[in-house]
Amino acid sequence: MLTAIQEMLSFSVIQRALLVGTLVSLCAALLGVSLVLKRYANIGDGLSHVGFGITTIAVAFGFTPLPIAIPAVIVVAIILLKVGNNHRIKSDSAIAIISSTSLALGVAITSLTTGMNTDVCNFMFGSILAMSESDVILSIIVSIVVLLLFVIYYRKLFAVTFDEDFAKAIGLKSGRYTNLIAILTAVVIVVGMRMMGTLLISSIVIFPALTSMRLFKNFRTVVISSGIISILCFWVGIFLSYVYSISTGATIVLVNLVLFILFTLLDKIIE
Amino acid sequence: MELIKVKNLTFGYNSSNDILKKINLTVNEGEFLTIVGENGSGKSTLIKCILGLNKVSKGEINVEGRIGYLPQLTDIQNNFPASIEEIVLSGTIPNHPRSLFYKKEDKQKAKEIMEQLELYEMRKKCFYELSGGQKQRVLIARALCATEKILLLDEPVNGLDPKIVTEIYSLLKKLNKQNKLTIVMISHDVHRVVKYASRIVEIESGKIKRDIPAGEYTCGGEK
Repeated sequence: MLTAIQEMLSFSVIQRALLVGTLVSLCAALLGVSLVLKRYANIGDGLSHVGFGITTIAVAFGFTPLPIAIPAVIVVAIILLKVGNNHRIKSDSAIAIISSTSLALGVAITSLTTGMNTDVCNFMFGSILAMSESDVILSIIVSIVVLLLFVIYYRKLFAVTFDEDFAKAIGLKSGRYTNLIAILTAVVIVVGMRMMGTLLISSIVIFPALTSMRLFKNFRTVVISSGIISILCFWVGIFLSYVYSISTGATIVLVNLVLFILFTLLDKIIE
Repeated sequence: MELIKVKNLTFGYNSSNDILKKINLTVNEGEFLTIVGENGSGKSTLIKCILGLNKVSKGEINVEGRIGYLPQLTDIQNNFPASIEEIVLSGTIPNHPRSLFYKKEDKQKAKEIMEQLELYEMRKKCFYELSGGQKQRVLIARALCATEKILLLDEPVNGLDPKIVTEIYSLLKKLNKQNKLTIVMISHDVHRVVKYASRIVEIESGKIKRDIPAGEYTCGGEK
């Protein structure tokens, strides 16, 4: 096994993927805790489809996808979270509409331009080879910003997530923190999408938080353990995918599932 | 001293339908005021106006100092992983809003309050595993971290069994007397509250119907 790991690490593509993947996994897991608790778990799925639509449009017109997809997905994220407060359209229906429309748009544009090729397949299911040099740099910057903001606003994010009314009453602008979560989630989704794929990225937002909430019952431990679980699953996943030549994104999701089941069983045993 | 002064407050979520109509209410230091009224009479709306959660355009509201608020429990909190300590500490955020972490003095304050409310020993326990009465004590502790003067509670005993209700009311009375805390509470069960409160305000269809000392309150009829 050691030689396999050594061999794997000798590829610069994989080194890159490991670095970006670790950072993205960590960020996604941290944000995931808030999203799951706020019952916005679906938003990741919706945003990744929007990301897919925009990416295909960008590619069709010959642009680099990331710099266009990030701001566009941020806008959609804010709209979706705002709709959550609106009573006429429920946010889950809004997410469903936007999500399927984006996917349809993406597929339609692809059919009109390049046709369904491996590029599109990579967008859908992810590929560690998809990361270009500039993507890597952007991913690292974005991840560091997300981590910093999360640490800086940790206390307030807790207060706002746990009890919005109380947070407002003590003078916290809760809308601002909801927007912050939306923006950060959008950015992490778009950055992580290339590696994990449109269809799989949302699972690394949700799984680690759910897994650690099986066992842990205070906020700080849940946040920290989600981060650790997410990174661990990513490493195991990428290794297995390398050894058995399975799609990276899919392997990581399956490893996450195994850990989730394991934690659920452990919880039952402890009880 | 007047801690809360509401003058000529008229409020509605949309312009065609006023929920509160020309409310005048003054809360003095040291009072234990209970607001009673039917569902939909406007009690919670009034509280939200006082807290600044509703933007008021007609009328005036003045509040001295910060209010410690105790909202109703939400669905989200039913499976939210949070320890008692984490929740109580979050009440101290407004004392040092710009700080990254909780300061020593904030932790000390939270500790003292948890000790007073007999929560300190179980501070690591998970909120959603607590009993209804314990949950309310945690929320009271958090509100106390945010204020020194006024506690504002929105139906704190909803769905609790009678024994626990008495316990919560006694605790509030104790805080009112010993900590010199002014208490404003929305409540459904007037009968029980009368024994603890100093003043009862009854709201009906957005207007104050009665505003009398608790001793003079008789249910349903006029005094």
